[in-house]
Amino acid sequence: MISLAGRDILHGWGRFLLTGVGLGLLIGVTLSMAGIYRGMVDDANVLIESSGADLWVVQQGTLGPYAEPSSIYEDTYRGIRGMQGVARAANVTYLTMQVRYADRDVRAMVVGVVPGGAGEPGQPGFLVAGRHLIGSRYEAVADVKTGFSLGDTVTIRRNRYRVVGLTRRMVSSGGDPMIFIPLKEAQQAQFLKDNDALLQQRRRTEANPLFNRPSVPGLLEAVIASQTTNSYVNAVLVQMKPGYDPDVVAENIQRWKRLQVYTRPQMRTILVDKLIATSAKQIGMFLVILSIVSAAIVAFIIYTMTMAKIREIAVLKLIGTRNRVIASMILQQALGLGAIGFVVGKIAATLWSPFFPRYVLLEPGDAVRGFVAVMVISVLASILAITAALKVDPAEAIGG
Amino acid sequence: MKTTGIIIEGLKKQYGSGDTLVDALKGVEMKVAPGEVVGLVGPSGSGKSTLLKCLGAVIEPSSGRMTLGETVIYDGGWKIKDLRALRRDNIGFVFQAPYLIPFLDVIDNVALLPMLAGERNPVARKRAVALLEALDVGHRAKAMPSQLSGGEQQRVAIARALVNHPPVILADEPTAPLDSERALSVIGILNDMARQYETAIIIVTHDEKIIPSFKRIYHIRDGRTHEEAGEGKSPHELIKTYRA
Repeated sequence: MISLAGRDILHGWGRFLLTGVGLGLLIGVTLSMAGIYRGMVDDANVLIESSGADLWVVQQGTLGPYAEPSSIYEDTYRGIRGMQGVARAANVTYLTMQVRYADRDVRAMVVGVVPGGAGEPGQPGFLVAGRHLIGSRYEAVADVKTGFSLGDTVTIRRNRYRVVGLTRRMVSSGGDPMIFIPLKEAQQAQFLKDNDALLQQRRRTEANPLFNRPSVPGLLEAVIASQTTNSYVNAVLVQMKPGYDPDVVAENIQRWKRLQVYTRPQMRTILVDKLIATSAKQIGMFLVILSIVSAAIVAFIIYTMTMAKIREIAVLKLIGTRNRVIASMILQQALGLGAIGFVVGKIAATLWSPFFPRYVLLEPGDAVRGFVAVMVISVLASILAITAALKVDPAEAIGG
Repeated sequence: MKTTGIIIEGLKKQYGSGDTLVDALKGVEMKVAPGEVVGLVGPSGSGKSTLLKCLGAVIEPSSGRMTLGETVIYDGGWKIKDLRALRRDNIGFVFQAPYLIPFLDVIDNVALLPMLAGERNPVARKRAVALLEALDVGHRAKAMPSQLSGGEQQRVAIARALVNHPPVILADEPTAPLDSERALSVIGILNDMARQYETAIIIVTHDEKIIPSFKRIYHIRDGRTHEEAGEGKSPHELIKTYRA
């Protein structure tokens, strides 16, 4: 038996292909939406992996340092370093801000790290060009997504930094590329105020009789000095010695240092389940709407195509064609349209995903699930047309 | 040798019920021998299409008896369970417009019926080619219907109607869109095919130019077959009767 659906498609292949391309672009958008969600999850995982930390020590009662603000004393790391099971501990600060480069601003997460090499907690795991930070020399290592090149000079707050290294896939949970600078300079940048604000603060402190006591010389100067220095960091990143249970070490730090400690699985839960939960729901809603729109489009196209050959269907029924042959013809066309749409959509999503500002991860598993969904949608969408075709009275072919 | 073509006895068909009851057929009597081509004429609303639909097993008569070939298909109720298979294997249809399947080429338009009946594709195509050759459109076997002239399309439609060698062919105004020469050619082909395959053919027509070519004509008026034109009547007389 010849394939009626195949012949019909071949006969009007131009129209069929154009329709498939239109549907494919819609499927491409759907796959990209799924890819954006996967990219967000992957960014979160990369953020955890690339930090090089086994434990995150943050302010008590917070979800810091990525999901909530956290502030702890900068010397906390010393005590942590001496605890059992801890191999290395290093301070780190995170600050999302606009970084000035030439005549444009770049949204970035400025990470303050203790200068060192690869493997140090907080340091970028690898470089694609240049070198790591060596000391406090107003140098920076930037993610390539910032668009910076080696030797570029960028302005962070009032200071200028020279880019000495480039890394890749180092982005915040919000998708902003990271710029690594020395910890001390990052602490300054985080709390640095403008001159007017400093003068205003000094004037207010001088006017406060609690701090400006003639009977206590040096108190006012000491208070003002403490107000202009920053002795806080956002978190301490801890690397553990082999063979130690992270939960046990975390519990010890929590108990003895009165701080909040998160292990890798806990941090993953915070980043994936809490931080991007709303975005995931948003994307999920989009996926549902796009699926419904795709189904409606396939249904409309297949229904229109079927109605256009209603007389031929009546003739086919009159000359003895079984209902299942006609239903199969319509179903095959719907599946064919879905298949063309999926192929076009997959190609489109693959081609345009690198141009998205955020990382888009197109997983093969999602492609398989997407293909199955498209086929199911095509089957459901063909029901309307099949019902209409089966209702056609063969007597219509005779007329009268 | 087939002994029976079409026999219709006391066929009635009613539409609606109560106040809206319409008697479309009020007792049609017809007999067409194998190899014979008869005309069925009548004014609009006389019941021609209803009769064709009953014969084509697409609507159920209200009462009466119909025999196609050797089989009684209706006798107060359908005697055949699978009407679709009955149409496919026993009845060929030719319409006013050819209604060829636009996405199949000529050969597959004709071969489709044997394929639907379970014939293997090469065998079905071979049979289709033979018929197309016989109808002088063999050279267009690979063409699409849209590439054919009106006359060629109608010949392909006739080939499709004949390909399963049905005992009966029902033709509904098959010459309406054709000029006189082509119309007479189509009737000639149908006559030849009727003789060759011993097929009983009923042609519903309003076409005055072909009426004289029938040896017998059934006139249907108000749901009844009124008279049967004899072989001895002149074409002029036949047309006059038809117009009456």
